[in-house]
Amino acid sequence: MKLSRRSFLKLMGGAAATATLTGLNMNVTEARPQRIRVHYAKEVPTICPFCAVGCGIICHVRDGQVVNTEGDADHPVNEGTLCSKGAALFNMAFVYTDRGEIKPNPQRMQHVLYRAPGAKDWEVRDWDWALDTIAQRIHDTREATFETTDEDGVTVNRTTGIAHLGSACVTNEENYLLHKMMRGFGLINIDHCARLCHSSTVPALMNSFGRGAMTNHWIDYQHSDVLMNLGGNTAENHPVSMKWIEKARERGAKLIVVDPRFTRTAAVADLYAPIRPGTNNAFFAGLINYALENQLYHGEYVRHYTNATYLVDPEFGFDEGLFSGAETLDDGQVTYDTDSWAYQVDDEGNVRKDESLLDPNCVYQLMKAHFSRYDVATVSAITGCPEDKFREVADLFCSTGKAGLAGNVMYAMGMTQFTSAAQGIRACAILQLLLGNMGIPGGGVNAQRGESNVQGSTDMAMLYHIIPGYMPVPTASKHPTMDAYLEAEVPPSGFLVNRPKHLVSLMKAYWGDAATPENDFAFDYHPKMDDQDRSEIGIFDEMAKGNIKGLVSWAQNPAVGGSAAKQKRQAARNLDWLVSVDLFANETATFWKEPGVNPEEIDTEVFLLPAALDFERDGSIANSGRWLQWRYEAMKPPGDAKPDLWIADRLFRAVREKYREEPGVFADPILEMVWDYGEDARSDRVAMELNGYNTRTGALLQDFRSLEDDGDTACGNWLYSGYYNDEADPPTKRRTREKNGIGLHPDWSYAWPLNRRILYNRCSADPNGRPWSDEKRLLWVENGRWTGYDVPDFNTTVPARESANTPFIMLAEQQALLFSAGMVDGPFPEHYEPWESPVQNVMSDRHFNPVSTIWYPNLYAGIASDEYPYIATSYRVSEHYQTGMMTRNMPWLNEIMPGVFVEISPSLARKIGVENGDMVIISSPRGEYEAAACVTPRVKPFRVHGEEYEMVGMLWHWGYAGMSSGGIANDVTPSIGDANTTIPEYKAFLCNIRKRG
Amino acid sequence: MAKSMLIDTSKCTACRACQVACKQWNQLPAEETKFSGTYENPPRFSPVTWMKVTFREVEVGDEVRWYFGNQRCMHCSDAACALVCPVGAITHTETGAVSIDPKKCIGCNYCVGNCTFDVMGYSRRDNMAEKCTFCEDRVANGLKPACASACPTDAIIFGERSALISRAQARAKTLRANGDPRARAYGIEELDGTGMLFVLRDVPANHALPADPVVPFGARAWNYVFKPLRVLMVLGAAFGLWRNYRGTEDVKQGKSRGKQNESA
Repeated sequence: MKLSRRSFLKLMGGAAATATLTGLNMNVTEARPQRIRVHYAKEVPTICPFCAVGCGIICHVRDGQVVNTEGDADHPVNEGTLCSKGAALFNMAFVYTDRGEIKPNPQRMQHVLYRAPGAKDWEVRDWDWALDTIAQRIHDTREATFETTDEDGVTVNRTTGIAHLGSACVTNEENYLLHKMMRGFGLINIDHCARLCHSSTVPALMNSFGRGAMTNHWIDYQHSDVLMNLGGNTAENHPVSMKWIEKARERGAKLIVVDPRFTRTAAVADLYAPIRPGTNNAFFAGLINYALENQLYHGEYVRHYTNATYLVDPEFGFDEGLFSGAETLDDGQVTYDTDSWAYQVDDEGNVRKDESLLDPNCVYQLMKAHFSRYDVATVSAITGCPEDKFREVADLFCSTGKAGLAGNVMYAMGMTQFTSAAQGIRACAILQLLLGNMGIPGGGVNAQRGESNVQGSTDMAMLYHIIPGYMPVPTASKHPTMDAYLEAEVPPSGFLVNRPKHLVSLMKAYWGDAATPENDFAFDYHPKMDDQDRSEIGIFDEMAKGNIKGLVSWAQNPAVGGSAAKQKRQAARNLDWLVSVDLFANETATFWKEPGVNPEEIDTEVFLLPAALDFERDGSIANSGRWLQWRYEAMKPPGDAKPDLWIADRLFRAVREKYREEPGVFADPILEMVWDYGEDARSDRVAMELNGYNTRTGALLQDFRSLEDDGDTACGNWLYSGYYNDEADPPTKRRTREKNGIGLHPDWSYAWPLNRRILYNRCSADPNGRPWSDEKRLLWVENGRWTGYDVPDFNTTVPARESANTPFIMLAEQQALLFSAGMVDGPFPEHYEPWESPVQNVMSDRHFNPVSTIWYPNLYAGIASDEYPYIATSYRVSEHYQTGMMTRNMPWLNEIMPGVFVEISPSLARKIGVENGDMVIISSPRGEYEAAACVTPRVKPFRVHGEEYEMVGMLWHWGYAGMSSGGIANDVTPSIGDANTTIPEYKAFLCNIRKRG
Repeated sequence: MAKSMLIDTSKCTACRACQVACKQWNQLPAEETKFSGTYENPPRFSPVTWMKVTFREVEVGDEVRWYFGNQRCMHCSDAACALVCPVGAITHTETGAVSIDPKKCIGCNYCVGNCTFDVMGYSRRDNMAEKCTFCEDRVANGLKPACASACPTDAIIFGERSALISRAQARAKTLRANGDPRARAYGIEELDGTGMLFVLRDVPANHALPADPVVPFGARAWNYVFKPLRVLMVLGAAFGLWRNYRGTEDVKQGKSRGKQNESA
């Protein structure tokens, strides 16, 4: 429009007039006191459902609905702070529309869903029908596959046709009922995701210290002087741990990060060193050698608190990658006859020792010789960590060998997910023992668990090889009778001489009056394992062969989280029926409608049962520091969704009802199982059974010291005994912060065992009972009596010099194990290459762990070649969680981390012609998938034995379900596991990568 | 300016609890985003994204540095947005926060265009500017702002300005002595002091901040030149209109000679 002078003036005048008439000067307005939505709200405490830091969250509730979630300022670990996932918790239940209105998260399962064989879609059903139908399936499959005795005539009372997977995200009370129920049905295929994450930690730490858990705890990190995050990315995966790490740094502590790529933890670290995936064993062996050669170890500590002085059978040896006693099987796999791994004993059966540490057969000298092969140059060549960097790390970390300094190793999947992982963790344990870092504030081998209750699910033995409290599962070939079990599994010394009490009390908790001294406390009611590997890899292998007809997948998602995940989704087609319990429809429950799959070809019946969130039900969960914290119900679950406890309870009762109506094969374990938790099962009633009670009076037991082996006590899990010993004030529900102390907060929740916060704490004082230093006081002798901050983890009724000989009470030796005969692949750690590796092993003729089973030799990339030239590893981002089942249905998290990607170096990107953000295809012998490329200098190629090898780093949180979907990284990972626990080698394999054309 | 926030980028691990806590407290919906080669998302500010964590990778010789930043309204003392707002919807509160009164905002977008830090969001649907409120509602009720409450490492803390200034300066000094030679405090003097103070590990650009933040010249001009003149302009325009009207009338009535060739 032509703007005339007149029109222009009009416009200007109008604007100016408006401005004048309505304008104000820049004056100050008063802050308006405002009503905020948390006013008058009820505050209900819960614990975050994500990682195992176990942060406290407050749900603000008005009119029965949660209106706000934020950190619990009273909680000693997080003090009101959270990470992106915890901060987004509200989104799991509610989302905001564009208009700022609240609506329930549309992805939440609110109805029972059923998929008929061959059907293309779900149908909505009701609970009564579902429970009855599933009970029928369990009944019928059990009938068809139950064995009362095995081929050797041993009573086994088991079914191999049903499998249960789950769960690290349900409460202790829920897991307890699930384990109890599944054993009652006769299952031996019991496993879950703990197998995939920290299963290698457990034997490594048990066979070093006596218990398989994180030794210290989160708040304790503030006392460390040097922290090393090797095989972990604590700022991303345990973000609130950084709170306490920063406190340590304010005191001058240093943070070292050793990682294949430069992570968010590395970004704030004092020292970053690169390491090739799969070479932790060499790295730690190098540190051990460095500490020994440079006299940096804590001599007095080693001499008294470890088995350094023990003399070993002169027949013990190591040559070309194999220890003495190696027997090679037909397929090349090795098993060890461990006779030569024994100690020398005198005529009375006591172990012979050499206090001078000079005898060539003493553990100290054997260890020294073994690790002398790991000089700095060798370690650098294997790991790709430059020599000068390695020395910097070694100098800094090994400086904590000085009495009074605390070195802390924090780790997670970067140590656990390899074929030689358990030995790598053993190497870490050995280093920490040499440096005197165990049992002191700020020290420890801190196995950072990853799920809100994976510590609990492991304690509750949702794993095929154990029963609650880490007792070995009764196995036909080893334990045909209870006497045989006690003979084999009760050590001659150490705390576990009490095992009979734990076992009998468990049997009483399961079968009550039906468990009597006459029938060995119903020992035969419990199914007996065979000698097969029934880990997750093993279960899916059986499924692929058609031997498993029914699967209960309880808050699990192996379709995305399992190794060689595509193979697993394929195997699931052989199931007659699948029961999935979850908050959202995950990839496992919807495997039959994966894009590209024809549902008509799949006959599996699928039941999808809607479950409740963490704040929609109550119960206890165990964080990584072994704190058993109680969560409370803030609101009811939506629609037909139910608490997992309710579902487990109703399911058992439905199966029992079936067996009352339709008698079947040996139904006694089901019909006579103790099971009465109320019309709607109550967590506190389960908690009391878990705690333990007197079978005659019903009185709650004080703790596991009250357990008996004559049937007078019942206890669901001896480790937990004490956590609910007072109905009016159960220790697990306590919320009192300490007033004076060092951050242990003994009146906040209950830590197993016996509320000990730092394990092996006898080691915090010297053999005379004096603290090693004033700064690191924990327990010490004053005026002839022990005093201090923690519950003693040793016998305080004997003089200090006597308890100095038995500081690790859970081991038969009662001294920590530098040399440990309980590992299946050797008493000392050794470096072997990952199964798929860029290079041959230079340390010996054995390329990779000789004891690991090779399940799928045809799906093998071998050594790096043109076909699969690149080192592959997988990892996480802070904003998503495991298979993404929860977080990919939370808009605030999808907003900040919207899609699947891989990280590659600029040099690799140039090589394959890819720019930042381009789509790529990653492939391996197991399959391939698509992702975006994140080209970043934080990923660099490794220099290994003089050659450069590129790495592809994969995020694995995505699948085809959920609000945000994407390629499944686990389609390329290998199904091969650690020799001790079959934890898959997710973190080191080979791949190829190309631009998506 | 009594209360401020201190964002210490050396303690930040980019966990993004702050970014999510802001959304959670302020009841803001998530935006649709896609992965485009960086961890940073959403790419821009909007009426529903008031704060974001920034990521900058920098190569220093053989090594890499990954600097994290935090962009949000800086609550400047010399606030360009308040300067240009024609209706005075943007003012400073008692504690120094820059606050938009939604009842007064006319959606003219002057603030969006002039913000020194480019953090102002504009809602087309509601015709309003929206940004970080310094959690006025929480502060008024004795709570810390949502981001400060959520940050696990004390990378974001809230408190008395003078204390935070001392802390920032001390921290910058410690960092300079420990491997971050270009560390500095930021926001103490800039724009007469910003409500958001920073400790930066490196140069501002590596933390997604302008090195020398100023109020844009146009905003200054608008505020100093045109705003005060608006009264004169109104009178002048009114007089002009009256004269023009009279002129036309005169022409119609033949009273004024008028220049016949003049175009209107």
